Amino acid sequence: MIFKVFKKQELARLYELLAVNVIVGPVAKGNDRNGKPLYDFDVVYDFDELALDYTQTVHSPKRFVLPYQETLSTFAITREGWEKHVDINVYRPLVFFGMHACDINALNKLDLVLAQSTYPNPYYMGKRKNLFIIGIDCNPEPQCFCRSMGTDSAIHGFDLFLTDLGGKYFAEILSATAFDLLSQIKCTDPSAKELALYKHTTKEKSTRYTATVDTSDLTKILDLEFESTAWDAWGEKCLSCGTCANVCPTCYCYGVEEHVDLDLQHANKTKSLHSCNLIDFAKVAGGHNFRPTSASRLKYRYYHKHRGFVEAFEESLCVGCGRCGAACLADITPPAVIASVRGKE
Amino acid sequence: MSPQLSYLGVPLARPKVGFFELSSCEGCQLQLLNNEATLLDFLNLVEIVNFREGMSERADTYDIAFVEGSVTRKDEIARLTAIRKNAKILVALGSCACFGGVNQLKNRFRDLDWVKKEVYGDFPIETMEVHPLKDFVQVDLEIFGCPIKKEEVERIVTDLVVGKAVHHPEYPVCMECKANENICLFELGEPCLGPITRAGCDSWCTSNRRGCWGCRGPAEGANFKQLEEIMHTYGFSSETILDRLECFGGFASFADAVRSPNKKTPARRKKS
Repeated sequence: MIFKVFKKQELARLYELLAVNVIVGPVAKGNDRNGKPLYDFDVVYDFDELALDYTQTVHSPKRFVLPYQETLSTFAITREGWEKHVDINVYRPLVFFGMHACDINALNKLDLVLAQSTYPNPYYMGKRKNLFIIGIDCNPEPQCFCRSMGTDSAIHGFDLFLTDLGGKYFAEILSATAFDLLSQIKCTDPSAKELALYKHTTKEKSTRYTATVDTSDLTKILDLEFESTAWDAWGEKCLSCGTCANVCPTCYCYGVEEHVDLDLQHANKTKSLHSCNLIDFAKVAGGHNFRPTSASRLKYRYYHKHRGFVEAFEESLCVGCGRCGAACLADITPPAVIASVRGKE
Repeated sequence: MSPQLSYLGVPLARPKVGFFELSSCEGCQLQLLNNEATLLDFLNLVEIVNFREGMSERADTYDIAFVEGSVTRKDEIARLTAIRKNAKILVALGSCACFGGVNQLKNRFRDLDWVKKEVYGDFPIETMEVHPLKDFVQVDLEIFGCPIKKEEVERIVTDLVVGKAVHHPEYPVCMECKANENICLFELGEPCLGPITRAGCDSWCTSNRRGCWGCRGPAEGANFKQLEEIMHTYGFSSETILDRLECFGGFASFADAVRSPNKKTPARRKKS
C-alpha cells in the first residue's frame, strides 16, 4: 500500500478530475423528528453536495451493485420465433465518493458469494467491476458494532481511503487508477509527524465504540441455542416487514418473477431482493411454508449471518453497521438479540 | 382488436368482462381508463361487454365480472346476486368491494338512523349498514387498494387470461417502501400503517411522504400488537391509530380490539 498526504482543499480538485463519471456519495436528507440529520447515498452533481462528515446513511450502498429490483432479461415473440434480450444494466462506471469501512467490507463479503463463487453473478460483477471507491474514515455511532465484527477498517476493496487529519487527508492508495489520479493533485509523502497523527487518530477512534457483540464461539452457541425461548420473544416483536434486510449492506437474497406483458407478445424476468423475515419467503409450491412463524424466520436470518456464512467462508455476513437495528421499529438489534441468546440479557 | 388472441402461438379465448359499481366513487374503474399508454393493449386482451364509464352498450354475457363498491342498499344485494349468477369469476375491485372501504366509516356509529338524519336530513333515502361483497356472494378474487393500482390490475388480468395463478404479496408495505429508498415516516414524526398493511401498491403513499392508511387491508400475519406499541412509543394516541384502522374497513377486527369495550360504537358489525 502507498500512503500520501494532501491538503483538504485538494479534494475538490480530485472530485473535478472524477466528475466525468457518475459520482455517488453521501448527501444530507433533512432531519428526523428529533432534529438529528439524516443521510443517504445519492448521485451528486456538485462537490458541495457531498456530506463527507456524514454519520451513517439510512440505506446501504448495496443498491448500486444489487438493485432492489432488476430486469434480468426480456423476451419478444417475433415472426420467426422468439428473442431473448439480456442486459446486465451497466452503462457507465460509477465513482463512490466517501464510503465508510463497514460498507467497503460489506461489498467484499458480497463478492465472496456473488463474484468469487463457482457461478459468478454477471449482473453483480458488471456493476462491481465498474466501481471506483474512495473510502473515508467515520465517527462511531451508538449502533456501530463493526469493531466486534472486525470490519472497522478496510484492508481491500477500495481504490483510495481517506482519513481526516484536521487540515489534511491521509490517503491509502490501493489501485493504479487511484495512484494516477493522485499524481494530478498536490500531495506529499507523509512526514513522521503525519504518520504519528494518523496512528493516533485511528487509535483514538477505536476507543469510541460503545455497542459490542460477543462473537466468541458464536457458531457453536447458535447451534446450542437453536431451541432457545429468546427467539420466540424476539419473534413476537418482529413485524416481518423486511426492513432489516433492505437496509442491510450484505443481505442479497432475492426472488425472480416472470411476467407476460399486456400485449402477450413480450415478457420479462425480474429479480427483486427479498428478505428471509417475510412471511412468504420460505413458502413453496403447494402452499407449504417451511418457516411459518416470525420467530423461525428471524432466527434464520441470524443463523445465515452468524453461523452458516461463517462455516462457509470463515467470516460473518454481518459488518456491524447497525443499520438493521437503527431502522427496526420494534427495536430488534443484533447486539441485544445475540446477548439474549447467549443468556446475557 | 385482433380477431384471435394468442399466446406463444396457442389460441386463447378472449374473456368477456363486465365492470360494475355498487356504492363507490367509481374511481377504481376510472383508474383503468386513465392508463392511455396501455389502454389499447388492455382492450385487446379482453372483450368488454359492460362498462358504464367507458361505453354505452350493455350485455349480461360476461365471464369475468369486476365489481367495485360496497353494499349499502337492499337493491344492491339483488344486483350483486344477479352479477354473481352471470359471471364465472367475480372479482372484488378495490377496497370498498373488499372491505367496505371509506363507506363503512358510518358503521362506527351505533345509531344508523341518526347517521342518515345527519347526512340526508329528511330526504327519504334507503341505506343500511355497509358490507363488503363477500358478505353476500362468493368472491373469487380480491384486488385491493383505494384506488386500485392500474399496473397491478393489468398484471392480474394478464395472468387470468393466460391462465397463470394470481398472487398477492403477503408481506407489508415496509418492504416496498424501503426498496424505494424512503426514510421511515416514523423517523420523520408521522404515523403509518405500512408495517401491517399488505404490500403491492409499491408504497404509493409513503413514497410521497404520506403515512399509510391501510387501504389494502392487513398483511398476512400482521403484527398489530407490536405496531400499536410502536405508535405509542412514537407518541401517537389510540385515537390516531383507530382513525387509520377504521378508514377502509380492512382492519375492522383490529379496530375492535383497540376500542375499549365501554366505548364500542358499532354494535352491529357483522362477525366474520
